[in-house]
Amino acid sequence: MAAPAQRRIIFQHIDEPGYSNDLACYVRNGGYEVLKKSVTRPPAELIDEVKKSGLRGRGGAGFPCGVKWGLVDRKSGKPIYLIVNADESEPGTFKDRYIMHQDPHQLIEGTMISCFANNVKQAYIYIRGEMPHGARILEKAIAEARAAGFVGKNILGTTYSCDIFVHRGAGAYICGEETGLIESLEGKRANPRIKPPYFPAVLGLYQCPTIVNNVETLCHVKYIVEHGGDAYTKVGTPNNTGTRIFCVSGHVQRPGYYEFEAGKITLGQLLYEVCGGPLPGRTFKAVIPGGSSAKILRFGERFKGKRKVGAEMVDYDWGVEDVPMDFDSLGMIGTMGGSGGVIVMDDTVNMVEALANINAFYSHESCGQCTPCREGSLWMKKITTRMVHGQARNEDAALLKSVADQIPGRTICAFGEACSWPTQSFIAKFGDEFKQYPETKKTAKPAGAHELV
Amino acid sequence: MIAPPKPDLVTVNIDGKEIAVPKGTNVIEAARLVNVDVPHYCYHPKLTIVGNCRMCLIEMGLPAVDPATKAPIIDPATGKQKINWIPRPQIGCGTNVSPGLHVKTTSPMVKEAREGVMEFLLINHPLDCPICDQAGECKLQEQSTGYGRGYSRFIEQKNVKPKRTQLGPRVTLDDERCILCSRCIRFSKEVAKDDVLGFVDRGSYSTLTCFPGKQLANNYSLNTVDICPVGALTSTDFRFKMRVWFLKQTNSIDPESSVGANTVVWSREGQIYRVTPRRNDEVNDTWMADSGRELFKAVNAPDRLATTASIDTLVAQAAALFKANSTPGAIAVVGSGRSSVEEQFLTKQLAAALNATASTHLVSRVGQGDKLLISADRNPNVRGALVTGLISALPSQKLTALAAAIDAGKIKVVVSVGEDLAAVGLTAAQLAKVSFVYLGTHVNPTSAAAQVVLPTLSVFEKNGTFINQQFRLQKFAKAVPGPSGATDDLIVLAKLVTAASARLSSAPLAAIPSDLGSLWKLLAAEVPVLGPITYANLPETGLLLDATPFVALPFVEGETLHFKPVAPAVAVTV
Ligand SMILES: Cc1cc2nc3c(=O)[nH]c(=O)nc-3n(C[C@H](O)[C@H](O)[C@H](O)COP(=O)(O)O)c2cc1C
Ligand code: SF4
Ligand code: SF4
Ligand code: FES
Repeated sequence: MAAPAQRRIIFQHIDEPGYSNDLACYVRNGGYEVLKKSVTRPPAELIDEVKKSGLRGRGGAGFPCGVKWGLVDRKSGKPIYLIVNADESEPGTFKDRYIMHQDPHQLIEGTMISCFANNVKQAYIYIRGEMPHGARILEKAIAEARAAGFVGKNILGTTYSCDIFVHRGAGAYICGEETGLIESLEGKRANPRIKPPYFPAVLGLYQCPTIVNNVETLCHVKYIVEHGGDAYTKVGTPNNTGTRIFCVSGHVQRPGYYEFEAGKITLGQLLYEVCGGPLPGRTFKAVIPGGSSAKILRFGERFKGKRKVGAEMVDYDWGVEDVPMDFDSLGMIGTMGGSGGVIVMDDTVNMVEALANINAFYSHESCGQCTPCREGSLWMKKITTRMVHGQARNEDAALLKSVADQIPGRTICAFGEACSWPTQSFIAKFGDEFKQYPETKKTAKPAGAHELV
Repeated sequence: MIAPPKPDLVTVNIDGKEIAVPKGTNVIEAARLVNVDVPHYCYHPKLTIVGNCRMCLIEMGLPAVDPATKAPIIDPATGKQKINWIPRPQIGCGTNVSPGLHVKTTSPMVKEAREGVMEFLLINHPLDCPICDQAGECKLQEQSTGYGRGYSRFIEQKNVKPKRTQLGPRVTLDDERCILCSRCIRFSKEVAKDDVLGFVDRGSYSTLTCFPGKQLANNYSLNTVDICPVGALTSTDFRFKMRVWFLKQTNSIDPESSVGANTVVWSREGQIYRVTPRRNDEVNDTWMADSGRELFKAVNAPDRLATTASIDTLVAQAAALFKANSTPGAIAVVGSGRSSVEEQFLTKQLAAALNATASTHLVSRVGQGDKLLISADRNPNVRGALVTGLISALPSQKLTALAAAIDAGKIKVVVSVGEDLAAVGLTAAQLAKVSFVYLGTHVNPTSAAAQVVLPTLSVFEKNGTFINQQFRLQKFAKAVPGPSGATDDLIVLAKLVTAASARLSSAPLAAIPSDLGSLWKLLAAEVPVLGPITYANLPETGLLLDATPFVALPFVEGETLHFKPVAPAVAVTV
C-alpha cells in the first residue's frame, strides 16, 4: 500500500519559501484569528474542545491534554501557571526547535489560548539552554505580540491579562522532566520532585497549580480550538487523534521531519517510501521509534496479538514494517511513540557500540538524585564502554540485563525507565550480538561503520 | 502535663499487624510502631522528605472499591475487603498512611528492591570501613549485612572523589563515602538556615561541596555529622580518636543556656570523647549547638581546682569563718544559675542556716539568643533557683547590692557557689575586703582570693536536674568520675549546711542528705510543684512543671525552637 500524503497541521509553514518568523507574516497567514475568537468564548468551552479532541501530549508520555487540564487545582485560590516545555533534548527529536525557529507565533498563539482557557496569568517558555538562537527569536516574537495586544495587559482590549516569559534552560536533559523543569525554573538544580505529593497540577511552580505542556501540544491546541474538538478526532485514528511529527534520523536516504495523521502510516511506509529506504547496499537492522529511550525494534521480529478495531477485537501479526505509527500500536508491541524521534540503524551498526553510545548519554544526564538511576546508568555505561574499548566478557549481557532490571519502577522520575529501557531491549532483541561481541571485536568493522563511542 | 489533643487515627496493616496511627504519619514511622524496621537513608524525621535514596521501598496495597458505587469489594476467599496491591514498590518515607492501607516489608518485591539499591550504593563506595569513623554507627554498613550480596559484581573502575575536604572549622568531608542523601544540605538550609552546601556535577559524579566562597561554619555544623548516615561527614575533632563501640553513653543536658538541649556524653575509662544531641521532640528535636559539644574539654583543663586536703578539714575552716562572723547579716551567699536544682535547694538551706536569706544573690548571664537552641539566658537553671525558692526575683548581671554592702562594711564573708565575683562587678578592693568560701571547678580571681576553696564537680561528673526555659525538669547523669581532690557539690553543700547549723543556737536542721534519692524526698516535701516527682521516675525527656507562679516575671528569653516566650501581661483597663 502506498504511503498516505503528509498532513501538515503544525508544520504547515515550516520551510515554506517566503515564510518568515515575524508577526506580519504570521498575521498575513491568518495568525491570531483563533485567539481573537477564543477570548470572546467562555474558557470552559475551550477546555471542553480540548477534552473532546482526545489530544495526547507530544512531550513523550502521550498523556491526554484535556485530562491534564482537568486535574488542575482550581479551588486553592493560588495562581495557576502554564509552562511550555521547550527543553527538547531527547536524542533523535527535533520538532519543537523548528516550530520555535520558523513559526514562533504559532506557539505563542497556542500558549495564549491555553492560558485563557485555564485562567493563567503568567506563562513561561522554558527553552533548552543550548538553543540561544531560539530564545532570541521567541523574545522578539513575544515583544511583537505584546506590542500588538496579543500578550500582556488587557489582551485584545479585554480584561484578561497574561504575560509570557522566556526562561533559558540549565543545559541538562533532566531539565525537560516536568518537575525537574519546575525546580530549575525556580532557580534550583533540576532535581525532579517526588510524586506524590508534588504533582504539578496541585503543587507545581512555587507550590502553585501548574500546567506543563510540550511546545507541539500547545500548537495542536490552537488547531483544535480553531476547528473544534470533534473535527480534530477525524484526523488520525481513534484514541490517537491528530497528526504526529516524525523526526527521522540515522541510516535512511532522506532523514528529516514528516507530519502524518497518527496511525495512518506504518513504520515501513515511513522508512521505505517517505525516507527512501536504506542507504545503497545496506539493509535496515533496527529502529528506535520514539526517541532514544524507547525500546528498540529489530527488523525481522514479529508481533502477534489481538487489538481493538472499532468495537471488535481482531488478530494482528505484524513485522516491524507493518506497525502503524501511533501511541497505542507502538505501545502494544512493547515500545512507545514517545517524542516522535525515529532513529534508524542499518547493518553497519554494532548493537553493543550503539548501546554504549546511548548509555554514555544517559549516565551523563542522570541528575544523580536517586540511587538506582544514578548508579545503574553509570554502571551500564562502564560495562558497555569496557566491552567496546577493553575486555568484553560473555557474561556481560546477563549482567547488563540484571543491572537494567534493578532500575525502572524504583526511581523518582521516568528517567529511570528512559535509561534502562535501551539496555533491556537491546539485550532482549540482540542478546546474540552481545554474547558474540568478544569474537566480533576481533574482526574488522564493516565499511562505512561509524565510531559510536 | 496537659494531654495533647487526640489526633485523627487511621488504621493500617503492616506485615499483617493492624495498628492505628495518627493521620499524616508516614509508613516508616507507622512501621516503627509495630517494631518493623524499614531501612532508610535520606529520610530524617525532622527534615523535609525528598525520597532520593530509594532504600525504603515497600509493597503497598489499598482496599478495593467499586469505581462506580464506591462500595467495598469483598474477597470471597477471606470474606474481607479485597486489597489492590500496587505492582511497583513505593517509598515508605514519602507515603503517608490512609485508611486501610496495607504494607508488606518482607515480600520478594521489597527484598529485591532493597538488594538492588544496596548493590548500587556500594559499587562506587570506597569500602574503607576498617579505617572509617562511622563504623559501628553506619547505616550503610549495617544494612549491607542485611541486604547486601556479600560479593561484588562490579569489576569497573570506581569513581574517584575528594577524600578530605575541610567544609568548615569542625567538619571534614570524604566525598567518596557520600551516598548523596542530601540530609546535610537540607539540615543546613532548613534548620540551621545557613544554605551553604550543595552538589556539583551530575549523576554518579555528583559531589557534595560548599558553595564558592562559603564555609560550613555555623554553630550547628556538627549536626550534619550526626545525621550523615555514612562516614562522609566526620567531626574534625573526634575523627580517628576512638571506636564508637568502646564508648559508654550517658544521658545529659547541654548546660550552655536555658534551652536545655538533651545530650549524650560518650566516654571511656573516665575520658570523654564527644557529646552528641539526644532526641527530644519538645526541646531540641535531634539537634544541638557545636559550642555545647566542646564544653567537656574543660573537664581536664589545667586550671581545674583540686585539693589534697580532706573535705572535712576544709569544711571545718569554713565553719570557723562562719563562727567568727556570727552577727546576723555578716554573711552573704552567691548562688548559681548553673547549679542543679538539688544544689540550689541546698544552697538555700545554707543561706537559711547562715542567716543570709536576705543577702542571697544569683548572677544572671544574658547573651544574644540564636533563635534555635541557644537562648538569651546562658544559665541553664535560673528556673530552678526560682522553683526551689533560692531567689524570688530574676537575677541581675551586676551584684551592685552586694558590692554596696561590702563597701559599707556590713558583709564580712561571702560564700560563692562557682561564681567569679570579679566578673560580676566586684572590684579587687571589694574582693580584698571580705573572706571568701568558694565552691567551684576552675581557677578564677575569686578562687584565688578565697580563704577556703572547696573543689567541686562539673556537670559531666555528677547527677542532678535542671529546669529549662519551658519549666521542664530534666535530669543529667554522671558520665565520668571527677578528678581526685574534688568533691560532689551536694556533699560539700550538705556538709556546709550541717556546719553552719551547728554554729547557730537554733535547732539544727535534720541531717541534710547528699544522695539524690533522699534529697528528693526532702525537695518534694519542701517544694510543692515538685511534689509527686522522684528523681528515679523522672522521664529521660523531662517533665513540664506548672509555671503559673512565675508567668509574670520578665524572663529574658526570646523565641527558640519549641519555645515561645509568654506574652508579657498587658494591663487591662476597664
Ligand atoms: C527524563 C525526561 C525528559 C523529558 N524531556 C522532555 C522534553 O525535553 N520536552 C518535553 O516536552 N517533555 C519532556 N519530558 C516529558 C515531560 O515530563 C512532560 O511529561 C511533558 O512536558 C508534558 O507535556 P505534554 O503533556 O504536552 O506532552 C521529559 C520527561 C522525562 C522523564
Ligand atoms: S530517576 Fe534519575 S534523573 Fe530522575 S530523579 Fe532519579 S536520578 Fe534523577
Ligand atoms: S555527606 Fe552524608 S549527609 Fe551529606 S549527602 Fe552525603 S551521605 Fe548524605
Ligand atoms: S528514605 Fe530515602 S527514599 Fe525513602
